[in-house]
Amino acid sequence: MVTTPLLPSDYLDLASPLRAGADLRGRIEAVHPETGDAATIVIRPGRDWRGHTAGQYVRVGVDVDGVRLWRAYSLTSPTHRRDGRVTITVKAIPDGKVSNHLVRRAKPGTLIQLDQPTGDFVLPRAKPAKVLYLTGGSGITPVMGMLRDSEFDDAVMIHCAPRPQDVIFRDELHGLVADKKLRLTEVHTDTDGMLDIARLDELVPDWTERETWACGPAGLLDAAEEHWNEHGVQERLHTERFRPSIVVAGDGGEVTFSATGTSVDADGATPLLDVGEEAGVLMPSGCRMGICFGCVTPLKAGAVRDLRTGEITEADPGVLIQTCVSAAAGPCDIER
Amino acid sequence: MTAIDPTAHLTAEQIEELGRELDAIRDEVIAGRGEKDAAYIRKVIAAQRKLELVSRGVLLFSSFPPAWLIGTAGLSVAKIMDNMEIGHNVLHGQWDWMRDPKIHSTTWEWDHVSPSEQWKHSHNELHHTYTNVIGKDNDLGYGIMRVDEDQKWHPVHLGQPLWNLINACFFEYGIAAYDLELGKNLEKRRRKSPEFRARAKAVGRKIRKQVLKDYVIHPLLSGPSFLPTLGATFTANLVRNIWSHSVIMCGHFPEGVQVFERRSIKGETRGQWYLRQMMGSANISGSKAMHFMTGNLSHQIEHHLFPDLPSNRYAEVAVKVRALFEKYELEYVTGPLPKQVFSAWHKVFRLSLPNKKPKVTTPHRERELVAA
Ligand code: FES
Repeated sequence: MVTTPLLPSDYLDLASPLRAGADLRGRIEAVHPETGDAATIVIRPGRDWRGHTAGQYVRVGVDVDGVRLWRAYSLTSPTHRRDGRVTITVKAIPDGKVSNHLVRRAKPGTLIQLDQPTGDFVLPRAKPAKVLYLTGGSGITPVMGMLRDSEFDDAVMIHCAPRPQDVIFRDELHGLVADKKLRLTEVHTDTDGMLDIARLDELVPDWTERETWACGPAGLLDAAEEHWNEHGVQERLHTERFRPSIVVAGDGGEVTFSATGTSVDADGATPLLDVGEEAGVLMPSGCRMGICFGCVTPLKAGAVRDLRTGEITEADPGVLIQTCVSAAAGPCDIER
Repeated sequence: MTAIDPTAHLTAEQIEELGRELDAIRDEVIAGRGEKDAAYIRKVIAAQRKLELVSRGVLLFSSFPPAWLIGTAGLSVAKIMDNMEIGHNVLHGQWDWMRDPKIHSTTWEWDHVSPSEQWKHSHNELHHTYTNVIGKDNDLGYGIMRVDEDQKWHPVHLGQPLWNLINACFFEYGIAAYDLELGKNLEKRRRKSPEFRARAKAVGRKIRKQVLKDYVIHPLLSGPSFLPTLGATFTANLVRNIWSHSVIMCGHFPEGVQVFERRSIKGETRGQWYLRQMMGSANISGSKAMHFMTGNLSHQIEHHLFPDLPSNRYAEVAVKVRALFEKYELEYVTGPLPKQVFSAWHKVFRLSLPNKKPKVTTPHRERELVAA
């Protein structure tokens, strides 16, 4: 009542955005380069941060060119870091808006949005006797979280990266090897080519006995899943995929109105508002020309094209589109 | 709909070409939106909140006259900022592209008795789509005034200067009533419709909260300064209302602004729609501070062309838009605030009296083009 129509938190946020009770945020405190295109971001999370389990990831909301974008990154810090900070390690992928921003432009002091950590790519309660890590590129990050968190009697890792200098955490990994805490095989794909999964027998003869965590590019994971299946040991394999599917922006596609369970084919020129109405979905609308924002609706999956500018918008949590000036750019899911 | 159509010299192709040129201006701004713009709105919001907090803090001691003055002035400015540069523009979706759920047209609520949701419908949808179309755009005289020679005169119009003054003082209530389409909805049958009732209830709730905050809780918090604080909040609301009313009157009422007939918008093309916005709006000239305090509605013409572009960009857009007005020999109605307010009020008075059907006189356009 005192602050209506705002909430007291709107004022408190001005002074103390990380306090308990605030929306969960974090403050970037440092950015440490790891390789030419990867960096570790040290984050002080807000007071309500619940802590993570090694191997989990966190979704972070970062403002890039003024637009808030959400991505998920594995936590690479041990679970009980003394100073309460957590780290994510980010590899800049070509054209990756968020990753490039974090690796190259993020400044200490910046506030970012956080979700609580989540994910089931974690170690079981009872420590397995023998462990195999199969990783590629930035797939090393959740595994690094595990390695920093607990010690294993018998841990083997096969890690793929284009060149030696592209191996994230290389020094630390070699340190573990020197301390006999890890056996490591580096596959340098620029010179060695992609890892042939059939070589596993030769590299890790007892691989079928090992509890395995695999994380990396889809090709590697697909091959691994097939291989483990073939040998009937699929329950030993735990995988984590970074990007479940890449949105390919096309021209038109199947539009699903998930709330009403309606699906129709749409071309790339008809506004989704018309598509929905024609399909009998109750669509909010107003001016029908893109000025009143009376038609905004969540885009749950897929991509749409702005009919005025041609700009593509991809689904992301919290993304709303104006259905009267957007058309399907490939299959998409509109929450109506 | 004045006697002479000031756009008569344009061919259909020219109008479409004009539309394309305006689209290009729009695209350019959209492509250039970024970090700076986001930082701008965040800064304005933070400043507004701080100013409001400090002002209300100072008002706790408002039995001390200087504190009353400073607190009241600060609160008035804070309320104006909330309604104009922030509220109006956020509710237009100007900042939705940031994808910040806290600064978004679907979540924003403003310091105003009309709930955002209802205002968005009557303002964004009806007024911005049907700008200055008689019978369609209720902003045109807010349904209580006659603002064009062609509107039918009725003896009640004699009182319109008085209504307008009262409306100015209690503008936020006027808007709430207007968003509810109270005039129309008070007929017996409509009054009972569940939809209207739900909306009326929402307004009631909002009014209760606003009144409680401004006239009960804050004065009570001030303890011995109860009465001065009450007076201060009342004054701040009054100042905010009169200010907004003046700014908004300047947007479509001054002399030189055109109104349109319902049939003229049938099958309107994009170019024609743009042209109607250009001819149906008027600007206020002045300093940066002036533009800021009007929520950049001083760039009303640009705002009507591009209601969803971030307000901090209207100034640069205005230069290009104005060049187009010149190129197409159209009248860009603008002037300093006092002049425009006077002009609008003058019209309110003039049209409170009956008039003959306007005769074809000297073409408007030429006269004003010289003056501009
Ligand atoms: S219906 Fe008005 S913006 Fe889509």
